[in-house]
Amino acid sequence: MLNLKPNFDDTDGFYDRLISAHEGLTDAQSEALNARLILILANHIGNQDVLDAALDIAAQS
Amino acid sequence: MSKIFDTPLYPYQRSEDQDASPTARHKVIVIGAGPIGLAAAIDLAQQGVPVVVLDDNDRVSFGSRAICFAKRPLEILDRLGCGAPMVEKGVLWDTGRVFFDQDEAYSFNLQPETGHKNPAFINLQQYTFEEKLIERLRALEAAGAPIELRGKNKVTALADNGDHVRLEVDTPEGSYLLEADWLIACDGANSPTRRMLGHDFKGRVFEDNFLIADVVMQADFPAERWFWFDPPFNRGQSALLHKQPDNVWRIDFQIGQDIDREAELKPENIHRRLRAMLGEEAEFELEWVSIYTFQCRRMEKFRYGRALFAGDAAHQVSPFGARGANSGLQDVDNLAWKLKLVIEGKAPETLLDSYSDERVHGAEENILNSTRSTDFITPKSRASRAFRDGVLTLARNHEFARPLVNSGRLSVPCTYDGSRLNGPDMAQLPAGTRPGAPLKDADTKAGWLLDQLGNRFQLLGINIEVPATLEVEGITIEGLNLPITPDLKARYLGDTGAAVYLVRPDQHVSARWLAYDEAAVKAAFNHAIGPTTP
Repeated sequence: MLNLKPNFDDTDGFYDRLISAHEGLTDAQSEALNARLILILANHIGNQDVLDAALDIAAQS
Repeated sequence: MSKIFDTPLYPYQRSEDQDASPTARHKVIVIGAGPIGLAAAIDLAQQGVPVVVLDDNDRVSFGSRAICFAKRPLEILDRLGCGAPMVEKGVLWDTGRVFFDQDEAYSFNLQPETGHKNPAFINLQQYTFEEKLIERLRALEAAGAPIELRGKNKVTALADNGDHVRLEVDTPEGSYLLEADWLIACDGANSPTRRMLGHDFKGRVFEDNFLIADVVMQADFPAERWFWFDPPFNRGQSALLHKQPDNVWRIDFQIGQDIDREAELKPENIHRRLRAMLGEEAEFELEWVSIYTFQCRRMEKFRYGRALFAGDAAHQVSPFGARGANSGLQDVDNLAWKLKLVIEGKAPETLLDSYSDERVHGAEENILNSTRSTDFITPKSRASRAFRDGVLTLARNHEFARPLVNSGRLSVPCTYDGSRLNGPDMAQLPAGTRPGAPLKDADTKAGWLLDQLGNRFQLLGINIEVPATLEVEGITIEGLNLPITPDLKARYLGDTGAAVYLVRPDQHVSARWLAYDEAAVKAAFNHAIGPTTP
């Protein structure tokens, strides 16, 4: 089941890393980075039901 | 009616030092009578250390400036004898609400647990805060404490001569010389002292401008911190609303990077912004307006020889998080007892280096948090903006996204993890009161815990007998025996039945044990004040 409760070990630390990873990139490079990141995380999740639920929520918002 | 900040509260008076020959020498001179300088002087004087405060002005801060004071600084002010009047005058609050576009995205409560004497936060104008400190200073002075506040005394030159500092001071009647064994610079972010002694102040400069307005109005907004991302009345930018005493409201508008400063400060433009936010029919009066940008930076060290730096003079942060004045007060808390022991010859000078180490650690924490908040509030790239807006959109319906919303991580007390002053710990005891942490207040059978502690080393025995006094190296450690209460159990014992805590004069934990052992306590005490080679 998709976990929508807070689950980060270090919330602000993660966000900081995420934004820093985009520093100095062009918009196209940023988009490409995001695409790769989503694929890596999706593979880590693996479960199709969970991924479907995540896709639905992202599309709704 | 004239405002308090228009009144000379410490007008220039000629001092006998101006005619002294040889030059007068003082134990401690504090430069700057802002919140931090005044607090430093009060802390020292009430512990019997003679102190002179020099200020280039003769009145309290113009405009409200720092308005949010957190629980830990209120506890420090209690120790300084002036917490209660501040809390009585201040607006108490613990809830923050965050809005995105038209809707509320998230709210937070800063003090979910009970059993603390002081509230999570009060809002109080800096000028009132300073006024209350000056009242405390005058009360100490009247009671014979060695404290003096000199208005219109501007330090124009400085030299550290190794065993003292030499100062040249300008007054309305000309200049004179002074000497001090120790100097505490509390002269703000643009610290002339720092500049005159040639020290660096490095960090990050942010480009966004913020318009800050103090508005007097009758309004029925609650006493909460309201923060807007991209609201209809300030598109693409942020805004903040916060209540102060006497119907004064702090309103803060982000206004972007390339602005026409002069135009923005025109009353008609400020009124247009305020009407867009408050409604066309709102009635208000402007008390104070200012445009600011900010930096996150600090000095490399807060001690250089005979000069100690505190508050904004030593470190500067963005205002989101109320980490400026609040951290400056924690500087004072950390410094005063150490300086007293060094001046009295009871601790080596190197103890003062631990002031720098511990408070640099605090400043790093504040800079990190305030930089992250600033990056969230003012995204610097399209990607950063997309993630920010994504978080805010998801936060409405999904709990996981709410902790990612960062409109300011509000000041929490600093724990001196890794400090070389820290003594032994016991892993079974609650992590929140580990060595280096400030004590957590608690309801005890004899009143609030923090009212019973501070200004001297103390040994706290919870459900365990510790001696009433213990002499080490000419210093008395006072014992305090307390029976278990629910607060003490939760915050100090955890699953164990009893514990002994050695507590520093600044109410931080020095060391803790499960049983009383005189030799162990003495060793930890010596470690906490002793030769502190890194």
